[in-house]
Amino acid sequence: MTTAAHQQPATDRNASTKGAISIRNVTKIYDPEGANVLAVDDCSLEIAPAEVCMIVGPSGCGKTTLLNAIAGFHSITSGQIDLDGEMLCGPDKPLADQGADRVVVFQNGALFPWKTLADNVAYGPIVQGLMNKADAREKAILMLSEAGLSGVADKYPGEVSSGMARRAEIVRALINDPKVLLLDEPYRAMDALTKSIMHESLLEVYDRTRVTIFFITHDLEEAIFLGDRVIVMTTRPARTKKIVEVKINRPRDYRLLSSEEFRILVQETKEAVHEEAVKAFEAGERELA
Amino acid sequence: MGKASKRQETLGARALALVSDLTFRRGVLSILIFLTLWEIGFRFNEWFGVLVPFVGKVDAPSIVAARWSEVVLLPGYWESWYLSMGRVFLGFLVAQIIGIPFGLAMAVNKYFRGMFFPPFEILRPIPPLAWVPASIIFWPTTELSIMFVTFLGAFYTIVINVLGGARAVDIQYLRAAQSMGATQWDLFRKIILPGTLPSIFIGAAVGMGITWEVVLAAEMISGGGQQSGGGLGFFIWSSYMGGVMDQVIVGMISIGLAGYISSSLIRYIGYRSMPWRRMF
Repeated sequence: MTTAAHQQPATDRNASTKGAISIRNVTKIYDPEGANVLAVDDCSLEIAPAEVCMIVGPSGCGKTTLLNAIAGFHSITSGQIDLDGEMLCGPDKPLADQGADRVVVFQNGALFPWKTLADNVAYGPIVQGLMNKADAREKAILMLSEAGLSGVADKYPGEVSSGMARRAEIVRALINDPKVLLLDEPYRAMDALTKSIMHESLLEVYDRTRVTIFFITHDLEEAIFLGDRVIVMTTRPARTKKIVEVKINRPRDYRLLSSEEFRILVQETKEAVHEEAVKAFEAGERELA
Repeated sequence: MGKASKRQETLGARALALVSDLTFRRGVLSILIFLTLWEIGFRFNEWFGVLVPFVGKVDAPSIVAARWSEVVLLPGYWESWYLSMGRVFLGFLVAQIIGIPFGLAMAVNKYFRGMFFPPFEILRPIPPLAWVPASIIFWPTTELSIMFVTFLGAFYTIVINVLGGARAVDIQYLRAAQSMGATQWDLFRKIILPGTLPSIFIGAAVGMGITWEVVLAAEMISGGGQQSGGGLGFFIWSSYMGGVMDQVIVGMISIGLAGYISSSLIRYIGYRSMPWRRMF
């Protein structure tokens, strides 16, 4: 709802000034064969520089639509999205340009299977013409080893575990020095243990780079553990239903998971999401009936 | 990729490794068993009191081997190999050279696809052999018409595989590349092309098989050109006409070997050019 337009940025982040996303009254109507589907309805959201903004909501509610609009994969129907005060998409320009300032890490992983991890990471700087092949590779290998992946830099994605692949994918995004990291359920379908390693590694990356993170997930504990704020979306059409502020100091580690504070926040989020999930389920049953 | 040391193995060591390889031994064993059963079937004409339906009438491996040892001394036999191989490889090569760009163009450009896919789909079901009479009329020499039919055999399979493979490249790879600043040309060269490579090799492997089928039939029908040695297909046909049954079998096994050599070659090239996919 429009009330969402007025929240303050979660915490005052030191130094970082880049990566502020302003989503104002964005609406998206898909029009497959004339049947209008309202995917996002008048959604507004201000994301501060260096914020970790977690988006949760029922399946198919339009979270990914929002991410696609920011990334420039899909157009919007009305409203406006700005990045650091500059319009990405809005009136007269429904589709944002794609650019390396907003790199996406996908649900199923999208490392190029035909390139080694080092060559995958080196890809961005090479295609943008920022570095020659040798320099880009050198930097890629350096960044991979910072992420604890030095031993597998010359392996192909098919040869490493899914956890390693996903870490490499985040390195591949970060080498472009993006303003925003767009993550679409990157740790879905991972076992709990791998997931917790992924979380720690992402937090470590975040503490180092202070990049703004737009993170879609279904996992509420993941949302509270990683986020500065958790945005609960309504069932389709997506609006912001509730915003949970996570005022827990960083750096965070896994002891947090058993704290009372954490439990309360998860519970609070769960109630909001559950309500929407029930609505989504009933709507689905109506459609089938 | 740091595997240079592997290449330093001598040829002898490699051969030794091959002979001690279990898979290799199993392969040899199964061929030996097959040959033995065939030999027994011919010698006794029945297995456990039951008349052997097919094997009993075909000359035994020992007879075929004896004939083969004579045939290898004839230059005509090797000329047949040379002619068939040449036709297969030329037809196949031209099919690749035309088929891969054609398939890719249809995959990436919807106007091009709209223009060329319908006629392609109408021509595709026509068996290559149905083209034999027409191509004999079209082309000035028999040689060219055989090659044309061979080309057709591989062409359709190659195009369909390239088209399907290129369109099946995961959109996430394209989006990931675009979000990292890739241009359209980068997408084509660095994403679509390597993404299609596995399908290109599948198309090549299947196409090569069809090419052998087609060339043989075309040689039989056309008489294989003016010379005496008209390819392996003609070799079989003329052996059959002369009533030399064991020589027919020599020809058949020769084709088996030739096909095996061709597809091994494709597998090897695929293995080398797709290091991330060492599974062929």
